[in-house]
Amino acid sequence: MLRLAPALIIALLVFPVGAGLIMVLLPAFGYLPALGGYGASLAPWQMLFAQPGLGRSMAVSFASGLISAAVALVIVVLFLAASRGTWLDRGIRRLVSPLLAIPHAAIAFGFAFLIAPSGLVARLISPSLTGWERPLDALIINDPWGLSLMAGLVLKEVPFLLLMSLAALPQLAPEKRLMLARSLGYSPTIGWLKTVLPSLYPLIRLPVYAVIAYATSVVDMALILGPKLPPTLSVSLLSWFNDPDVSHRFMASAAAVLQLGVTVAALLCWWLLEQLIRRLTRYWLTNGSRQRGEIILRLVGRSALLLSSITALAALVGLGLFSLAGFWRFPEVLPQMLTLDHWQRSGPMLSTPLINTALIGLISTALATALVLATLENEHRQHIQPKRALWLLYLPLLVPQIAFLFGLVVAAESLGIRPQLGLVIAGHLLFVLPYVYLSLAETYRRLDPRWLEVARSLGVSRSAAFWRVRLPLLLAPLLTAFAVGLAVSIGQYLPTQLLGAGRVTTVTTEAVALASGNNRRLIGVWALVQASLPLIGFMLALGLPRLLGTHRRDLAT
Amino acid sequence: MPIKHLPLRLTLATAMLALASPTLANPAPDDWQSVLAEAEGQTVYWNAWGGDTRTNRYIDWVAKQMQAQYDVEVAHVKLDDTGSAVARVLAEKQADNNDDGSIDLIWINGENFAAMRESDLLFGPFAESLPHFALTNATDNPEVVTDFTLPTEGYESPWGKAQITFYYDSAQTETPPQDMQALLAWAKDNPGQFSYPRIPDFTGSTFLKQALIELTDQEKALYQPVSESDFETVTEPLWAYLDALHPHLWRSGRAFPDSGPNLRTLMSDGELSLAFSFYPTDAAVAVMEYELPESVRSYVLEGGTLGNVHFVAIPYNSPHKAGAMVLANFLLSPEAQAQKQSLAMWGDRSVLDIEQLDAENQALFEQGDRHPSELPADALSNTLPEPHPSWMTALQDAWLERYGVN
Repeated sequence: MLRLAPALIIALLVFPVGAGLIMVLLPAFGYLPALGGYGASLAPWQMLFAQPGLGRSMAVSFASGLISAAVALVIVVLFLAASRGTWLDRGIRRLVSPLLAIPHAAIAFGFAFLIAPSGLVARLISPSLTGWERPLDALIINDPWGLSLMAGLVLKEVPFLLLMSLAALPQLAPEKRLMLARSLGYSPTIGWLKTVLPSLYPLIRLPVYAVIAYATSVVDMALILGPKLPPTLSVSLLSWFNDPDVSHRFMASAAAVLQLGVTVAALLCWWLLEQLIRRLTRYWLTNGSRQRGEIILRLVGRSALLLSSITALAALVGLGLFSLAGFWRFPEVLPQMLTLDHWQRSGPMLSTPLINTALIGLISTALATALVLATLENEHRQHIQPKRALWLLYLPLLVPQIAFLFGLVVAAESLGIRPQLGLVIAGHLLFVLPYVYLSLAETYRRLDPRWLEVARSLGVSRSAAFWRVRLPLLLAPLLTAFAVGLAVSIGQYLPTQLLGAGRVTTVTTEAVALASGNNRRLIGVWALVQASLPLIGFMLALGLPRLLGTHRRDLAT
Repeated sequence: MPIKHLPLRLTLATAMLALASPTLANPAPDDWQSVLAEAEGQTVYWNAWGGDTRTNRYIDWVAKQMQAQYDVEVAHVKLDDTGSAVARVLAEKQADNNDDGSIDLIWINGENFAAMRESDLLFGPFAESLPHFALTNATDNPEVVTDFTLPTEGYESPWGKAQITFYYDSAQTETPPQDMQALLAWAKDNPGQFSYPRIPDFTGSTFLKQALIELTDQEKALYQPVSESDFETVTEPLWAYLDALHPHLWRSGRAFPDSGPNLRTLMSDGELSLAFSFYPTDAAVAVMEYELPESVRSYVLEGGTLGNVHFVAIPYNSPHKAGAMVLANFLLSPEAQAQKQSLAMWGDRSVLDIEQLDAENQALFEQGDRHPSELPADALSNTLPEPHPSWMTALQDAWLERYGVN
């Protein structure tokens, strides 16, 4: 059974993505019998390329993916390089996992309210410092360059990359490397960058790729923060798929294929940059310079991550205030009155979505965790190196959701699989599984094999050793991976809405539907509910090991 | 069909046989008793925009009534965009799912309706067979059987009425503009304080039509398909107007709000001083929910504003057509229409010809005091009919061509 696990995982992930892509590729080249398209034609592409501003849309999607990933990576790397295990550093690290749990859309709404001309920051300094009685008519959010979109993306990517780095770091024994570098006279930050980073980067490369793919095709954040004239490619493509003029579907399918192209191009470009940087820094790594830049790097390293975390938290505080706000207009810093109305009105509507959300999240994450454990245990028992084919695991993260989900709906319908809870859970599994694998694989592989050898030498069977030695030792990382999986599941909108035909309502689908009404008070309520669920998951993940008394300091990552 | 050669398709056939539910014959709308009988115990999946808690609350009320009175369960599928329901039915047709679709009723009108009709995605005719349909007095109120100039031909049943309504903060603006030229002058005096939603948004596109009707001298052309007239000549005054207006809009026209509701949020933040909505009671409701200041007032332009009726329609592959018809009929009952119109519930205007109702039913529609931010009752008499749907698409394309890239 165990031997089948890797193949099963890959089939589970590859087949839906492949089927979805085929069902989008066919209409992109004119084949869609329901609309009278029977032949191969390039008309959808001609129509697509005739759309005004398409080039700009593509450019913004491409650039926001690369730039936000680069900025987030630099912030994380410099923080790790500069942090020395002080209370502040530990505090920031603790902040990070909850931030990972907050859905993108919630952060985007909160961030937009923070930086808008009528937003929280402007209110704090108006009219006292600025003299503004009315909000300034300035294009800050929705700027044509996508800068506010990139900033919003960075807020969410930093916690993810930091958590992934923290999970990978222990196996590199950074303290030993640093001690050696220090004994050779390197200042701590420079020493870390020269001795730890070159080994760390290959381990977090996949998460970085996932971040780039996500950022090039993100819809919810781009809708809220991204440019409008024209919007990003992902936003345009969603509106074409939903266009009342059904003939747009051909063009929308072509756009989905183009989106895949943009994402692949961004990944390729990043890979080329990697090669370039590797060449350029070869001299710097070995030039023996031990101190230069230490101060500035340390300052940036400490402040940038702190700033991004505080910004994300402030965005949440703004949402929280709005969920309780009575009338509240610029330039008032606080609402004129507080009220529980918005919570009370939403209360009765919360129960079904909450139950569905929990059910889908728990089942899909449990399935994902079981499959990942089976694959890793199989790898361990067969003494095999991680296979290259496991790259396929990341397919659902690297292929943009919007490029294959619309096709997947058609594929499922063709198979006679009707929208239902099971289909939604299967859809979530696509995205949960890779993240669980990402968070668990390294820790699993580096667990000291001597623990298991000791157990075996005491006459314990393989499976008993797995259940009684390995799992308890891995409890903390296992729970963290579970919490990451839950957070990913809870945040899914498109898969839930499309595969459930809207019948399976979760907190996220309700939040998005309500968000279309633009009532910021209600958005505040639902975003907080949405954020609180994964937050509970992370708190349990951190707290349970302590409660169960199996917390091992060296293993807990 | 070439797709039959794909190996995938072969395995599908067996799977479909195993999983597809048995095909039901469509109910006959004229035999109402059998429709009622068939509807019993059905669950109707009603796809309706879910961005407004008041609408959602009303639908919730409807669901309870339907359960109690007809033993029909109503499930509100909340959409963020009606287009996604159209896309869903289309995807099902693409996959040959012709009798077990996932949508039973859609809240729809305008170009979505036109598109679904054109692709044969709707069930009908059924609307005129609904027992309560007669209460709309369609002979004297042709708008309940006309959707953006297209005759509905019984493929959708009227539900409510909307009309473009402007609102402003009377504490900041004393005399709001009463027509398009006055609006331009007002925007020049109050730069950055007005905008309209980015095309192709529904409310934004309606603003274009509103302006076009007032500015063009060939108004009649708008009620024919766009192909029958010279688009350039008809729309030329509109583009000249927008060219003059845009520099004075919010963000100097370099960005536009997302949607009608987004205009309201910007009013709420104090970024805009003048806005409009498709729902005449929108401003009053927003004041009640702390979004807008109590000094907000509503009005309609002097020459009248665009108005339309919104409908419900049944997809061709709905498995619960009987239940959907019973629901559509209930929505037309005086009881349901009066609830819908009351400001405490939703505040959406009735499509019934209230003066033709008997005294008891008329009394249902009588409400208490008017909200100060609400439109005066007689203000909505001046309703301009919607142009042919092809104009909306043509205007959207032309707008995007001109202003879609800044």
